[in-house]
Amino acid sequence: MTYPLVVTRRMTDHPADSHTLERYEATSGYEQARRALTMTRDELVEEIKTSGLLGRGGAAFSAGLKWSFLAPARPSYLVINGDESEPGTFKDRQLLERDPHQMLEGVIITAIANEVHHAFIYIRGEYPKPARRVQTAVDEAYARGYLGKGIFGSDYDLEVTVHLGAGAYICGEETALINSLEGLRGEPRLKPPYFPAAKGLYMQPTIVNNVETVSNLPHILAMGSEEFIEIGHPLDTGTFMISISGHVNKPGNYELPHGLTWRHLIYDIAGGVPGGREIKAIVPGGASAPWFIPEIHLEDQITKDVCAEAGSMLGSGAVIVMDETTCMVRAAERIVRFFAHESCGQCTPCREGTTWMEMILRRIEEGQGRAVDLDLLLDVSDGISVGLAWPPKMTTICPLGPSAVSPVLALRDYFRDEVDEHVKMAGCPLKKVEAHA
Amino acid sequence: MPGPCQIAVSCRHVACTASGGLGVAMGEAGPEHVTITIDGVSHEVPAGALVIKAAQDRGTYIPRFCWHERMNPVGMCRMCLVEVQGPRGPMLVTACTNNVADGMVVDTRGPTVKKAQEAVLEFLLANHPLDCPVCDKGGECPLQDQAFSHGPGESRFVEIKRNFAKPIPISDLVLLDRERCILCARCTRFSDEISGDPLIEFKSRANVTEVNTFPDLPFSSYFSGNTIQICPVGALTSAQYRFRARPWDLQMVESSGMHDTAHPRLSVQVSQNEVLRLVGVDNDATNHGWLSDKDRFGFQYLTSEERLTMPLVRQDGQLVETTWAEALDRVAERIGLIRDEDGGEVFAVIGGGHGTNEDAYAISKFARVVLETNNVDARLDDALSSHFLAATADRGLIADIDGADTILLWGPDLKEEHPTLYLRVRRAAQELGVRLVVIHPRATGLDDRASMKLTYRPGGGFALLDEVADGKHPELRQALSADRVVAIVGQASFADGPQLAESVAAYVRNKAGSARILPLARRGNIFGALDMGLAPDLLPGRVAPDHAGRAALAESWGEPPAARGKDTRAMLEGIDSGEIRFLLLVGADPVRDVPDPRRALLAMDSAEYVVSIDLFLNDSNREADVVLPAAGFAEKDGTVTNLEGRVQKVNVIAPIPGQGRPDWAILDDLAERAGRPIGLANAESIAKEISEVAPAYTGITWDHLEWEARDGAVVPLSGSQPLSHIPVALKGDNAPTAPLLLHVGRTLYDDGVMLRHSPSLRPLARGAVVHLNPEDAKKAGAQDGHPVRVVTSHGEGEFSAILDEGTPEGVVYVPFNQPGGAPLGTDAVVRVTAVGR
Ligand SMILES: Cc1cc2nc3c(=O)[nH]c(=O)nc-3n(C[C@H](O)[C@H](O)[C@H](O)COP(=O)(O)O)c2cc1C
Ligand code: SF4
Ligand code: SF4
Ligand code: FES
Repeated sequence: MTYPLVVTRRMTDHPADSHTLERYEATSGYEQARRALTMTRDELVEEIKTSGLLGRGGAAFSAGLKWSFLAPARPSYLVINGDESEPGTFKDRQLLERDPHQMLEGVIITAIANEVHHAFIYIRGEYPKPARRVQTAVDEAYARGYLGKGIFGSDYDLEVTVHLGAGAYICGEETALINSLEGLRGEPRLKPPYFPAAKGLYMQPTIVNNVETVSNLPHILAMGSEEFIEIGHPLDTGTFMISISGHVNKPGNYELPHGLTWRHLIYDIAGGVPGGREIKAIVPGGASAPWFIPEIHLEDQITKDVCAEAGSMLGSGAVIVMDETTCMVRAAERIVRFFAHESCGQCTPCREGTTWMEMILRRIEEGQGRAVDLDLLLDVSDGISVGLAWPPKMTTICPLGPSAVSPVLALRDYFRDEVDEHVKMAGCPLKKVEAHA
Repeated sequence: MPGPCQIAVSCRHVACTASGGLGVAMGEAGPEHVTITIDGVSHEVPAGALVIKAAQDRGTYIPRFCWHERMNPVGMCRMCLVEVQGPRGPMLVTACTNNVADGMVVDTRGPTVKKAQEAVLEFLLANHPLDCPVCDKGGECPLQDQAFSHGPGESRFVEIKRNFAKPIPISDLVLLDRERCILCARCTRFSDEISGDPLIEFKSRANVTEVNTFPDLPFSSYFSGNTIQICPVGALTSAQYRFRARPWDLQMVESSGMHDTAHPRLSVQVSQNEVLRLVGVDNDATNHGWLSDKDRFGFQYLTSEERLTMPLVRQDGQLVETTWAEALDRVAERIGLIRDEDGGEVFAVIGGGHGTNEDAYAISKFARVVLETNNVDARLDDALSSHFLAATADRGLIADIDGADTILLWGPDLKEEHPTLYLRVRRAAQELGVRLVVIHPRATGLDDRASMKLTYRPGGGFALLDEVADGKHPELRQALSADRVVAIVGQASFADGPQLAESVAAYVRNKAGSARILPLARRGNIFGALDMGLAPDLLPGRVAPDHAGRAALAESWGEPPAARGKDTRAMLEGIDSGEIRFLLLVGADPVRDVPDPRRALLAMDSAEYVVSIDLFLNDSNREADVVLPAAGFAEKDGTVTNLEGRVQKVNVIAPIPGQGRPDWAILDDLAERAGRPIGLANAESIAKEISEVAPAYTGITWDHLEWEARDGAVVPLSGSQPLSHIPVALKGDNAPTAPLLLHVGRTLYDDGVMLRHSPSLRPLARGAVVHLNPEDAKKAGAQDGHPVRVVTSHGEGEFSAILDEGTPEGVVYVPFNQPGGAPLGTDAVVRVTAVGR
């Protein structure tokens, strides 16, 4: 079965040199950036709004709507979020590495639409190769006059700066990223008042968009909104990149239209589970997303709304499949540990609560769990995400703290017995089975 | 004369009506109001207020740890979570980071809010050590209080708590216990937003986040003690106060800090008759609750072993202890003899700038009635003209700084000499967008916040002012043409002489739409002293000796001498030449304190008869004939007047050691014995007498200050200013020319008598150092940290060189009165040579 490709078309057709300027220009590259120069801000914003393009960084917010919220003060800035640190996510890496000019053309279009004359591309520090490729692309674009003073011979100036992160997940959160760019501690800012569209980088109106989001833009302009909407699901237009990993036979990045089912994704596209084992749980949208289980969710459509109704999200498009050999307590502990470690430490519930959760889970996994511990764990989680609902009622500044609660919801809803067994057996039942076998 | 009720009315709005401060000039209508509902009750609150503040002002206290009214909110502790109705149902938001909006519905007590607040508290306590019994904060700890009132009781945290090395000193004065820290960012925000010394910061992240200082950079802020005061737990503690007392053992009174003329409000806290700590009191008019470390820690001298406790008289060349009767009778007898022989002209009184207004009034009355002289001066040859200081037209309020368009600061480095004023100006420039212009011979603590900075060579101030007047600095002229200009003026450098500041004020006054002048002077109660007539050309209540206002005075005092008296310099010269035969020093140490001590040394050597009222023996009174022990800070009641003319009450809480007595009591007794009683029964009745005979102080009684004008009353109350001094443009001497010019400036910590006897602060004085521009150092062959010889026509000495880019080429900067330093006088021409070459 094949699906229409948008952002991975070039790299699929020309795997050897899709990242070069020559190939990019030979495949209609930079035509849409030139065209964008002839359009007004309103026209561009309207076009992208109509296309229904949702942000691909995790929050799935309409890109066109975001642009329309940009406050009137100038200068305005554009920040491209290439921090990609959500566990299980590795799609931006491929877009940056294999088609940097496509992203850069998206940057130029976004800049023009938002009257930006200085854009920043923030790339995860552990991505040296993608960063090199992007820098080369930027240098080439400057050399050709596609960036810098009077781009493409127009009177529009655009500077682009590439910046590397320093190894903090939280710097993917847009306001922490802005702090980091400004040389401050990587901590999310308060909203209100620091909504980037009003008071962002250097306190000026700022657009923050994900790499994949802007990589779509040249194509939307080229094919027009109508055609873009045709791909995918009417409420969730276009394609999106899924990074699937864990217990599947063919892990990797897949560009797919919205609206397929989880079963189709896992069994048909990703080749099913090794050894024909049963799926135990699915993380549908990065480590922050509450888990699904096959008994309930396997036939669900993969769209933003269906996911939300089921109490989770597509997030950054990272799907992690766990089969029957996986200890759910251990998996939860691993994810909670990640968030506890990555907490910026600003707010009490996240800083103290997530570490506490990690300690309780580790205790249960290591065989020192008490009968009261699951309830304690839930109550501690309740202090970070009051009512343990979805979307969370956060007691924190940003969603990182509540993200740590997601795996705990799965323990409560689907795997309570497994937790109880850990307590009763004073250790991990799966490990003990292994040891006896 | 205005009746008392009129005063009561104006004082209730001291900031706006009392002296026509810019508060009114700004024409601010009252803030607009919106209606919000808090827990089901509807309230009118100021538009734009933070929810936490609006609720608090309407009687609903929302618990908090990180929010501090004087700093920007950070929303970090999450203790203040409340529920607000939003378009998609109720939302949890922090009350300290959200502004009220019309129609807002706030729930501060519902189950969701309760759950959130209890959770935050439990999280904070999870890793918090259970060492309240040995923690200095115990008993006055917001965390402890909250835990009792909102907490879940038993902790469910059974894991091992976070572990850090127990208290580490982060400065000479402050200890940090990271285990107790709840990471509220109050201390870091203070050093970043308020004091401008970002030396304390967060390190690391997540659960191992800690506050700390940068490696090799101690927290050497002049304001470090404020972090102790605002830390909501016992993480930051005072090295000085540590383990000294429990809050429930302390008695306290409110008072004013007296190290400089801003008079920050503070609470004096005492246990077992000993002052143990001073804590800032939030006050809109003056200090916003902040204190400098000198204000906060500089009180140990009060209990120094070396305090004078008995009257001393000279006998066989030695000062020996005696009784009050014996000492005072001796002095009284001598006064009578001299007065009969030569009349009042031969008496001199120097000092009175450190005491209360009541003390100063007693000195003033004693000089005029008993000594029959106008030879009195509370300034020590380093201050602006007495009429300018006491009665300048358009005197501003400290609060005017906040609403100014432009602040011109042409005077000493505020950070060194007027630290709480420094904080106020800094905040205005950094947070309130006020344009700040700094003019000074070298780098100052406010340069990083100034939108314009001019430096000039020492002694070249008048030349620069002429340039400005001639249009050579158009940007500055433009800044000074703004509507609301506040000019803070004082003597920037000894080389400039005191007249420059008055000329600057005169220039600004002519230029600006509406100028307010804040004159600077040294010695804590100098403005009170001048208001009480401790100047050769002033009588109490800002009355010139030839003014009609003296009539009221004459009624009570008898006719005071009419001739203008001598100022400090003339008195010292007069002693040397034999014109002056009798010198009374009140809390004054001219040898240490006047800019050119040669004159003072000669005078002390040749004086016929010297009486000193003081706390300590010092370089000026060691050879005196009679030395009388006085009362210090917190040992007497009274009033004091700050640089804006604000009169505030200071209060007694500690006993005077030994047989010490307040100045007024000593002088009253002495007057009696000299046969000219001045009738001063107690401090309160003196205050009443002042309010009756000193025109500008009409109606300012203790009752008024204690019950009606809690933030003090600004004199003059409108209309009752007898003397209105319009600053005049004076001319300077020709600017000195030489390759190197000397700039002597004061620093916060020096070898002054109070600091010398305060062990915590004493080591912080800089010592004998000279700052040289690296280029000049190269020319002189001087190396950083190595000794150099500094020579002027007035003095010379060896100093340790500091190579300093902040000191311009051609300028040599020497901090005044440092331990081990030699006086260099006021001559600007200086030579510097490396020692040992
Ligand atoms: C804890 C946290 C981590 C995030 N990490 C990333 C990231 O790595 N990459 C990303 O594009 N967006 C990330 N986001 C989302 C960004 O805040 C922001 O919504 C996004 O960059 C906006 O781009 P988009 O509208 O194009 O999706 C993160 C958000 C949170 C709360
Ligand atoms: S929730 Fe966690 S990561 Fe987000 S601001 Fe608070 S402490 Fe930082
Ligand atoms: S030391 Fe005190 S003031 Fe500073 S962050 Fe910790 S708790 Fe807050
Ligand atoms: S007081 Fe509001 S978050 Fe700390």
